[in-house]
Amino acid sequence: MKRLIPLWITAVSGILLIVAYFIPAWESWGEKATIWFDVLAASAFVLGGGNLLKLHLRKVSNRQAGWAYSAVTVAAFVVTLTVGLAKIGVHPSDNNPDFAWSGSYNSSGTAFWWLYEYAFKPLTATMFSLLAFYVASAAFRAFRAKNIEATLLLGTAFIVLLGRTFAGVFLTQWLPESLSGLKLENLTVWIMQVPNTAGTRAIMIGVALGIASTSLKVLLGVDRSYLGSD
Amino acid sequence: MHIKGVDIDHVRIKPPLGGVPWEGVRMARRQRLLLAALAIAAIGMAASAGWADGPAPPTNVVAKDRPWDVGGAVVVSWTSPTTPVESFQILRLMDAAEVKQANRDARVAAASDAAAAVRERLSAEGVAPEDVQLQAREAAQAAAATLLSEQEATAGEPRWTPVAVALGSQTSVVVDRLSDDFPGGYRFQVVAIASDGTRSIPAETTVAVTPSRQPFDGGRLWLAIITVVLCGAVLTFIAAARRGMPLKIRKIAGLAAVDEAVGRATEMGRPVLFIPGTQDMNEIQTLAGITVLSRVGKTAAEYDAQVEVPTSRSLVMTAARETMHAAYLQAGRPDAFNPDLVYYVTDEQFGFVAYLSGMMVREKPAACFYMGAFFAESLILAETGNSVGAIQIAGTAQPAQLPFFVAACDYTLIGEEFFAASAYLSGEPDQLGSLKGQDVGKLIVAGLMVVGCLIATAASITGSEMLEGILSYLKNTMLT
Repeated sequence: MKRLIPLWITAVSGILLIVAYFIPAWESWGEKATIWFDVLAASAFVLGGGNLLKLHLRKVSNRQAGWAYSAVTVAAFVVTLTVGLAKIGVHPSDNNPDFAWSGSYNSSGTAFWWLYEYAFKPLTATMFSLLAFYVASAAFRAFRAKNIEATLLLGTAFIVLLGRTFAGVFLTQWLPESLSGLKLENLTVWIMQVPNTAGTRAIMIGVALGIASTSLKVLLGVDRSYLGSD
Repeated sequence: MHIKGVDIDHVRIKPPLGGVPWEGVRMARRQRLLLAALAIAAIGMAASAGWADGPAPPTNVVAKDRPWDVGGAVVVSWTSPTTPVESFQILRLMDAAEVKQANRDARVAAASDAAAAVRERLSAEGVAPEDVQLQAREAAQAAAATLLSEQEATAGEPRWTPVAVALGSQTSVVVDRLSDDFPGGYRFQVVAIASDGTRSIPAETTVAVTPSRQPFDGGRLWLAIITVVLCGAVLTFIAAARRGMPLKIRKIAGLAAVDEAVGRATEMGRPVLFIPGTQDMNEIQTLAGITVLSRVGKTAAEYDAQVEVPTSRSLVMTAARETMHAAYLQAGRPDAFNPDLVYYVTDEQFGFVAYLSGMMVREKPAACFYMGAFFAESLILAETGNSVGAIQIAGTAQPAQLPFFVAACDYTLIGEEFFAASAYLSGEPDQLGSLKGQDVGKLIVAGLMVVGCLIATAASITGSEMLEGILSYLKNTMLT
């Protein structure tokens, strides 16, 4: 029963939503299903928050390795939650100026906004900026000319990288108009528009068919591993 | 008759400059009617003279509800005149509410423009801001009042608004963004416009039309056909596999390496890290990732290895826990399952990445699985895993992230391989049959591509309108 009911819910709702896509009168059902999912996901967030607190408090309590990170996590969680729920520093909204807490919790100048702007955003930007270094190290490894394929990759990457810089334009500017297709900037555009697009589309077609097949397997109950059974 | 308190019977009509004064002349009703008739005739003649230079008007203007659509659209068709036409303009009769709204918008715009002009002029003259504001407000009120009086003067007259433009070669056009409950139905006019800009007399529809929503969206007919064919192929092969039809599947290195990766982690006594992407359970890639987790969990249970599953969504955490629990049950070791190893971190993309990077550096997992939807975090995770010497297997359907995984991981499941993982790992005939059904889809796609390329090439060489039409139908109707 524990498996059968979710399978039926999945099958009926999934098939109905597919049919609804083709019937204008039912088209809004898809949007409603999305809203239901959002409600469900929002409720499940309580589970996630509870799990986060439980695990990290246990780590702090047991003084496990790296417990200090857990302490920082718990402190950040509690402070942000309190600041957001208590609407600390919120100004009255224009519509309800007589009510102190009528403004939005994340409007400019509030404590939550301050935390977001001056603590959260710089931290996420720091993580994102690491990408630049990782791209360099990954490219160094990927572009080693170990065999013919890797050498082709290296050559292509070299053209594309150079073609997108001023140096690339400068290097091949002497080519006559009849050979303009060989200018690095034009070669780059051709590589990106023709071979690269062809490869990407081939992957996309495979992905689309894979998604259709996987969806069908899930709807028909052929694949039940997401429910915890084969 | 009164206009703003002025008795029209006593209006003094001023003569032309230098003319004989008519002061004190009180017009009789008959004279006034005669004058009005003359004025209308003069306007009509002037208009006729203007139109006489333009193209002949279109004929047989008909508006019909567009069939098999979601409503809100009608097809306006006409017969082109014999005279050359550059384009056609299609106009729609507005209802009272629309006219009212349009008038209001026009007054607001006029007031705004007037106020802006006054502000600009006075600010340049150095007038105090309070005075500028006051005069701008007065100018805005005056502009709005002037326009209001003009609008009141023309109130009750039909107002047409342009809704579409068609080329001279066209004889019909779809007018959309209409309401299905427009009072009285929509009426249209079609005006022919010549190359010199002259316009024909408008030709009007004789019957009003109201768009309506149909039971089936015809624009999606081909998608429905393709869906039925694909699903039919998958179902047929599943049924064939159940009847015992032998099915072969090529070896996928990334999936064959799952056991190797878990075995390595067991030997090294380090954990296995499994990341089911950063999206929620409504993402099919997450579902495919959870499917692979099922196999990884079972193998780990058999080998007595530790699998850690951090998630960025609460629902994924609960689904992954269920999956892991079932995997341990299948392996006959339910007592070895530790639910705390499947846990929630954060919904925030880079918060999640920060946690995982730190965790990888500290705990140094021996094997890392990245199975699901990934975005900018893909390379950060894969490179961190690479730096700690973990064997890495990735699978995603995000084409933009595939190069990063290919560069930084030992094995990568590219696109459809990722979705085939479930069938490959389970080895069940039902699931293998679905893969064969996918192959039929590939055949259809390949066939369409070949046909499309041939038609496009032939159309380009011959310039045939028929081939262009077929190509256009293929691109804009079948594949849209």
